[in-house]
Amino acid sequence: MPESLIGRAVRRKEGYEKVTGRARYVDDLVFPGLLHGTTVRSPAARGRIRGIRFGERVTWSEFVIVGAADIPGDNVVALIGDDQPMLARDNVNHVEEPVLLLAHPDKYRLEQARRAVEVDIESMPAIFSLDDSLAGREIVWGEDNVLKSFLLDKGNVDQAWAEAEILVEGEYSTGAQEQLYIEPQGMIAVANPQDGVTVWGSMQCPYYVHKALRRLFGLPDDKVRVVQAETGGGFGGKEEYPSLIAGHAALLAWKSGRPVKMIYDRAEDLAATTKRHPSRTRHRTGVARDGRLVAMDIEFVLDGGAYMTLSPVVLSRGTIHAAGPYHCPNVRIRSRAVATNTPPYGAFRGFGAPQSIFALERHMDKVARAAGLSPEELRRRNFLRPGQTTATGQVIREQLDLGALLDKGLLLSDYHAKRERFAAENPHRRNKKGIGFASFMHGAGFTGSGEAYLNSVVGVEATAEGAVRILAASAEMGQGARTVLCQIAADALGLPYEAVDMAPPDTALVPNSGPTVASRTAMVVGKLVESAALGLKQTLLDNGLVGESCSLEDFQRACAEHSRRFGPLRSYSRYQPPPGIQWDDVHYRGDAYGAYAWAVHVAEVTVDMTTCETRVDDFVAVQEVGRVLNPVLAAGQIEGGVAQAIGYALYEHVVWKNGRMENAQMTNYIIPTSADVPPIRVYFEEQPYAYGPAGAKGIGELPMDGAAPAILNAIENATGRSFTRVPLLPEAVMETC
Amino acid sequence: MPGQATVSFTVNGSGRTVEVWPMERLLDVLRNELGLPGAKEGCGEGECGACSILINGQVVNSCLMPALEADGATITTIEGLAADGRLDPVQEAFLHHGAAQCGICTPGMILAAVDLLARAPSPSDQEIQEGLAGNLCRCTGYIRIFDAVRGAYRRFP
Repeated sequence: MPESLIGRAVRRKEGYEKVTGRARYVDDLVFPGLLHGTTVRSPAARGRIRGIRFGERVTWSEFVIVGAADIPGDNVVALIGDDQPMLARDNVNHVEEPVLLLAHPDKYRLEQARRAVEVDIESMPAIFSLDDSLAGREIVWGEDNVLKSFLLDKGNVDQAWAEAEILVEGEYSTGAQEQLYIEPQGMIAVANPQDGVTVWGSMQCPYYVHKALRRLFGLPDDKVRVVQAETGGGFGGKEEYPSLIAGHAALLAWKSGRPVKMIYDRAEDLAATTKRHPSRTRHRTGVARDGRLVAMDIEFVLDGGAYMTLSPVVLSRGTIHAAGPYHCPNVRIRSRAVATNTPPYGAFRGFGAPQSIFALERHMDKVARAAGLSPEELRRRNFLRPGQTTATGQVIREQLDLGALLDKGLLLSDYHAKRERFAAENPHRRNKKGIGFASFMHGAGFTGSGEAYLNSVVGVEATAEGAVRILAASAEMGQGARTVLCQIAADALGLPYEAVDMAPPDTALVPNSGPTVASRTAMVVGKLVESAALGLKQTLLDNGLVGESCSLEDFQRACAEHSRRFGPLRSYSRYQPPPGIQWDDVHYRGDAYGAYAWAVHVAEVTVDMTTCETRVDDFVAVQEVGRVLNPVLAAGQIEGGVAQAIGYALYEHVVWKNGRMENAQMTNYIIPTSADVPPIRVYFEEQPYAYGPAGAKGIGELPMDGAAPAILNAIENATGRSFTRVPLLPEAVMETC
Repeated sequence: MPGQATVSFTVNGSGRTVEVWPMERLLDVLRNELGLPGAKEGCGEGECGACSILINGQVVNSCLMPALEADGATITTIEGLAADGRLDPVQEAFLHHGAAQCGICTPGMILAAVDLLARAPSPSDQEIQEGLAGNLCRCTGYIRIFDAVRGAYRRFP
């Protein structure tokens, strides 16, 4: 047997193409006779469309023009609800809502034409804040503006207050955040009634796009084909929005009979596409004399924007993570996602958890102070232990030792010595130093019964020459899915890494392995890849074509023999929940996730008391993610997530004015540069997870969760000032000076 | 409307002559006229560096440069960095250290690193951090890119 490929830093499959400029992203694809497409959008936040005026100085006969009336099937963006139209028909509910589509061979004339279209709107009162939506100042969605609500109830919070020695209340809020993948969104479509619809584009979820196109055109499965081009980052931003662009490009292609390319420029991408949901969390916490949590009452609210999109599931994840990795016998979490007239919010790495964990991990420092304990001691006394239950009543069955994770984080960051030193030195320094941390978890895969509902399928096939291909719709978007899935398959087959690759991500070629989201690809899809690969090997074994151990040459000979005698060699695997998983969707109780990754992240900061700027000087990230499949890719995930979370904490401010993003440019929406990041020191603890491939759990979203509260905890340690909102800009620090 | 003008330059070792509009961006000429899509458009306003190329050895945002200004210049794009199929040490180091994730910033980032190493053959950590600050990456947190630049100049990737 060759040496195991698990845990090895094999090189990224598509790395060579990426470093040589040969990788082809959607805007790099060339089609003969191609038209460019663009979108005319609503200038108003809410209103009734009175009419559309076409300016006189444009030769409109040269343009392909598509409106809602041209849609052959259902005018919806098929996702969870069917509330969002592909093109507005009578009403608009947010600024930048798509109203009309134009196409032309010349990009510059197309832009001139777009500017010459005037959408005449009779304005209606709009709402832009959580409070206005909750108060029902205007009803802009459904009967009460509530897109979704949950009540999670464990024990009896109302009775438990009596046991509490101390009550601690706090309110915390988070702002919108832009995914800011460096490749803007884009699609190319070829469509006609004879052949159906084919799109190529930048996306995370080919089968989401497939479903949306089927509905939009009223076509059967086999008349819609979706191909993922190389994708320049997603982070959730290319989970649901690509369905709109694919639909728009395809409508123009359908009407014109020519290929249509629709690539957003950065301003349009920032102004129109989804962002992380803003949130507000209120905590009321009862603590016993010895520091034990006895009651947690949490109210969690998200701004969902104008349409439902993925808000119900973002809210679900935020709700489940709101009580964190702590044991408390009495927990009540009431959560709501509400509508406003801002562009719909959507998926972004972490998916609700960064919001509720920010609130909790800031609040835990406040609770510690009130209880007269250090932040680490309060957490230590309340960490979940094996046999205890989470807020949903999920029993911890793994060998979890959060105390050891905390010890490691504090040791590696030299936390205690620094706390002491900063306390002694800060009074004599102009610039204050501080250190703080957050402890947290992130559930991998879809919530509750979600994975069973997805019913994912993966195939592994081998050609007569012995080349192995993984058949899955899981998208490579930088996270390394293609590489680790190949490692898993090659390892299961006992073959070299080079013998395995993934089939092109094309719905005509690969089955639906589910969306590339929710930290599910390595763990859930990886397990299916492992099973399918083992099934393929078993077929060869059963037919006596190979022995338990076989070389690549043996395998190739066996594949040739199998092909001659039996035809194609292919093995499929369908999702099966791990044994013992129970979930009650009505009461939101039970095993919310198959597995959690656990982490302690420690941030050290300097606050410049003259400019009020905060710099992160050092960052230690300790996490338990099951078996690490590829140490270089895994560390890259953590480092990149931490950098995004540093941006979330300190830089990334979406400036809204009447529902419009005012800073829709990279010049003034600021993400961390290479000069802004601290050393990010990454350490893994590995507890193999019995139901993950080779013991792996999910990793992708975890690093988004902890840095923002850790940094604000460090700022409080440095300055003595308690901030409760991110992004924390220097202006907000200055107000307290 | 003014007509097109003729511009000649050397791209990746070959002399090229193209007709360009007065304000046509060099990025568009490279991508659309010369079939070199390695330089990417990330923002169109010189903030992200995804369109970085080398002009006479210096890193430039090709989205901000009218093609007319490149007349007579020597241009290197990511497609021309590997000589005779042999990767540049920076490319090799990016592969080894996992410095390319989604890859969209990678062509520009590699060229910015090549430019940095030409100016400072053994840069300090601070010089690396500041030298690459014109090129944004959203995937890596830059840590592996710093490792790759250090690996490249030490010639053991």
